[in-house]
Amino acid sequence: MTTVDLVPDMDDSLASRAKWAVVDSWTVVLQELTHLVRQPSTFAWQLGFPIVMVLMFVYVFGSAMDVSGQGAGEGYLDYAMPGLFAMTMAFGFMNTAFAVALTKEKGFIDRFRSMPMASSAVVTGRGVADIIHATVDLTILVVIALVLGWRPGGSLGDTLAAFALLLWLRLALIFVGIQLGLLVKNSEMAGNLFALAFPFGMVSSVFAPPDLMAGWLGAIAAWNPVSSTAGAIRELFASPAVPSGYWIEEHATTAAVIWPAVILAAFLPLAVRRYQRLSR
Amino acid sequence: MSRSEYAVVADGLRKRYRDTVALDDLHLAVPRGTVYGLLGPNGAGKTTAVRILTTLVRSDGGRAEVAGYDLRTQARLVRRRIGLTGQQTAVDDSITARQNLVMFGRLFHIGKEAARRRAGELLDQFGLADAADKAPKTFSGGMRRRLDLASSMILAPEVLFLDEPTTGLDPAGRREVWQQVGKLAAAGTTVLLTTHYLDEADKLCDRIGVIDHGRNVVEDTPDGLKRRIGNERLEVVAAEPGDLAQITELLNKAAASGREATVDSTGLAASVAVSDGVLALTEVAVELRERGITVADLGLRRPTLDEAFLHLTEGAK
Ligand SMILES: Nc1ncnc2c1ncn2[C@@H]1O[C@H](COP(=O)(O)OP(=O)(O)O)[C@@H](O)[C@H]1O
Ligand SMILES: [Mg+2]
Repeated sequence: MTTVDLVPDMDDSLASRAKWAVVDSWTVVLQELTHLVRQPSTFAWQLGFPIVMVLMFVYVFGSAMDVSGQGAGEGYLDYAMPGLFAMTMAFGFMNTAFAVALTKEKGFIDRFRSMPMASSAVVTGRGVADIIHATVDLTILVVIALVLGWRPGGSLGDTLAAFALLLWLRLALIFVGIQLGLLVKNSEMAGNLFALAFPFGMVSSVFAPPDLMAGWLGAIAAWNPVSSTAGAIRELFASPAVPSGYWIEEHATTAAVIWPAVILAAFLPLAVRRYQRLSR
Repeated sequence: MSRSEYAVVADGLRKRYRDTVALDDLHLAVPRGTVYGLLGPNGAGKTTAVRILTTLVRSDGGRAEVAGYDLRTQARLVRRRIGLTGQQTAVDDSITARQNLVMFGRLFHIGKEAARRRAGELLDQFGLADAADKAPKTFSGGMRRRLDLASSMILAPEVLFLDEPTTGLDPAGRREVWQQVGKLAAAGTTVLLTTHYLDEADKLCDRIGVIDHGRNVVEDTPDGLKRRIGNERLEVVAAEPGDLAQITELLNKAAASGREATVDSTGLAASVAVSDGVLALTEVAVELRERGITVADLGLRRPTLDEAFLHLTEGAK
């Protein structure tokens, strides 16, 4: 019946298993990337909301907002664009959660786990694919920002550091997404996570300085990890300085490094344990 | 038969989910090269049994061997020798059928080139060659399920597990899947399938194990199962509706102990379970003749598996 020589790799040494963990992850990444190549409209759907938001803020509300202390509307584009980048990274955990819920719902995780492949590849493959996806997202957003007239004001090194901080936030949120994706019953429920993502993305310094918000809301917004990343990259892009009354905003760069590390430390073990618990 | 002649052996498997006992002392022995049907109503524990036997879930108690390897201590060896087609169709709808199979081939570690050739071979074998480069979202239910089956056949596994392979398919789709399973079985693959369709078990399986509430109810061949529960039924179709009362009386005399004749919805045919079919048939025929009653039809009928199943699970309660 079979003419192909079916000789699976039977070497169970540590070195061989490490090799296959990498190779299998890459196979999963390729599968995910094939999706994106075959359905480029995915980007339009996922970036549509942030783009509409930023256009609304820049051209409708922004003109009334004094973010730079130099008058209403002055420097708002420079303020909002880094916010848009950070918000898109923040919303990214929904894409991860949705994809994980879908692989679970469709029985993919089961088939993968019944196979002799490295079981960690399901998680690492997902993570690498999501970082590649996020990089494409950022590239598209940067092109749009450049068209609208935004320019990074820092050195090349600063600019690269800013994008590294953005991806660092996205990386940490992958494990939040995996945890939530494994937790929800199905992909439909994963779609409802938007109710969680929206305040997480919006109650922040993304579109308005926390100083302009009511006291308690401003404090929450200032301490939001998304705000830290947004604040840090504004400095790196040399956006006009924004007056701030919050300690954490004065230390945005440090916070933008630490916040994702804290999220990672909390959710990486949770997600790994949740994944292992599938066999309970 | 020695132990190694069994592809699947399970001894006293137990599994509990919080308050639900999914498996309660389940035993199985599936000889190599046979098709075994695990039959039971929804919630009987079929999926749980398959998930344990395919290394997805650990049992709370009992032990099992698949393809000669212990599930607990040799799971990796088991995974190289099994294929799983789960309750959901695990097909990636947005990449092509061929890309699906190549991906699984690579994840089975047979190498890129072999994965590509094996994909082509399986597409031919499962009648998908014409649709190879289309995305499965455009496929019929039967085609998607065939691709799903093909994905679990990459390594030509010793044991193939199919969890409700035709649930949700239209009759044409079911026939397509049955045909493929029949071919795999003919080629020597051991198949363990679950179903709640009795005609499916009847058609595909060498042996059927009926389970309910996570426990074995009975195990037999499809024919044996039918013989075991349901005595044969003697059925008479009256030519004149007016004769039915007398016919029913005659049938009751020939009935197996404790059984009574029933009349079907047409109001013309009456039947009853009998213990010795040929004897009852002769007796009733003679009586009918003596009384001068002519009938449209008279014959013995084996119970359908549906009737058998109802009877078996009710008897076990
Ligand atoms: N992951 C789970 N969590 C809780 N209960 C479960 C789980 N899986 C199965 N069950 C319960 O165990 C019993 C057996 O389920 P299952 O094996 O799916 O039956 P079948 O496949 O025969 O329909 C059912 O009562 C079901 O609700
Ligand atoms: Mg089931």
